[in-house]
Amino acid sequence: MGDLINIFIKSAFIENLALAYFLGMCSYLAVSKTVKTAFGLGLAVIFVLGITMPINWVINTWLLGENGIFQTDLTFLRFILFIAVIASMVQLVEMVVEKYSPALYNSLGIFLPLITVNCAILGGSLFMVSKEYNFAESVAFGLGGGFGWFLAIVAIAAIREKIKYSDVPPAMRGLGMAFLLTGLMGMAFMGLMGIDPAAF
Amino acid sequence: MADTTIVQPKEAAIKFGKKERKLITDPLDDNNPITVQVLGICSALAVTTGMKNALVMAVAVIFVLVFSNVITSLLRKQIPKQVRMIVQLVIIAALVTIVELTLKAIAFDSYKQLSVFIGLIITNCIIMGRLEAFAMANKPWESALDGLGNGFGYGIILIIVAFFREFFGKGELMGAKIIGGTSDYLLDTSSIAWLGWYENNNLMVLFPSAMFVIAVLIWAHRAWNPKLVDVS
Repeated sequence: MGDLINIFIKSAFIENLALAYFLGMCSYLAVSKTVKTAFGLGLAVIFVLGITMPINWVINTWLLGENGIFQTDLTFLRFILFIAVIASMVQLVEMVVEKYSPALYNSLGIFLPLITVNCAILGGSLFMVSKEYNFAESVAFGLGGGFGWFLAIVAIAAIREKIKYSDVPPAMRGLGMAFLLTGLMGMAFMGLMGIDPAAF
Repeated sequence: MADTTIVQPKEAAIKFGKKERKLITDPLDDNNPITVQVLGICSALAVTTGMKNALVMAVAVIFVLVFSNVITSLLRKQIPKQVRMIVQLVIIAALVTIVELTLKAIAFDSYKQLSVFIGLIITNCIIMGRLEAFAMANKPWESALDGLGNGFGYGIILIIVAFFREFFGKGELMGAKIIGGTSDYLLDTSSIAWLGWYENNNLMVLFPSAMFVIAVLIWAHRAWNPKLVDVS
């Protein structure tokens, strides 16, 4: 159990998907103008990462691995299968949420389909493969990674809301400031790298 | 298919006029994928610690972008609207798999260093974005040019960022020592006073610097081309 908490903390803070690996930057920069929308997208990402990671783990180990049902190394099919799983899971999640929780569906709006091309999702699955996690660890990694991404996008949205009232040089307004702020946040998160995960 | 009976207007399929030239030059400046459209940032930041990786990545993205644009454009009338995302993703994923296996065979060092970022070309928003915005509505030849233009626009930013990061971070260009410290390749820089003084700035190799370099690039680009300034 300690191991799992360790992986959760590590993937949420130390190896933050957004601020340490720059994954999901497109939606991170495009949807971080207000805290409310950022919050919705962040929640959706936690959700989708938490679901697709274990599914992709099962596919990678039991279907594509050498000890899987086909007994051959099919890992060259990894990209196609992973992205198909992500696309169909997003579609499925969208349908389920629409049916059972229209309020949540309305607040997430177009962000759910957008998540398919959020590289944090596919990147998370590929990192899971390269780090050779087991099933429980991949769940913890998915949830932790999603939580870290959520924190990052809500934080930058809050900063961008405030910075609207500052006197920024015209050419730097909007996108330029967003990049600069993300860089500064990345430096702040680098400070967390010194933490010894064994302490948890 | 009902579409096949439609008579296409008699017009050369492949031509290179003013409109076509604009397809290539537009993404280099006014419509740059990274500094204006904000697409494909993730990979641009992660692979730019060295120019060699940036070049490999740029070539890979140009390849995938051109061919996925052409394939999607050829299939655009057959793809049902509801499942177009999945169809597009499968086309991209197949091309990226080709790139990955090719790199593994001919440039194993770069393959190792780029690791997951090769796979992440699939979710590189430039590619999805161009397929959605251009290839689904245009003929194959135009789509190929659009892919080429956007690929160049992406690659040029990648190489500029990588130049600054590698030069100031490691004192190297393309892996060859230029300034500071001892030299492995070109010349013994430590013996030349004006080259040996430089201390490597390690921050430039770390990830936040990519953000700063792109922020400055955006600043310069928008100061030079004021119509891009964000007015909101």
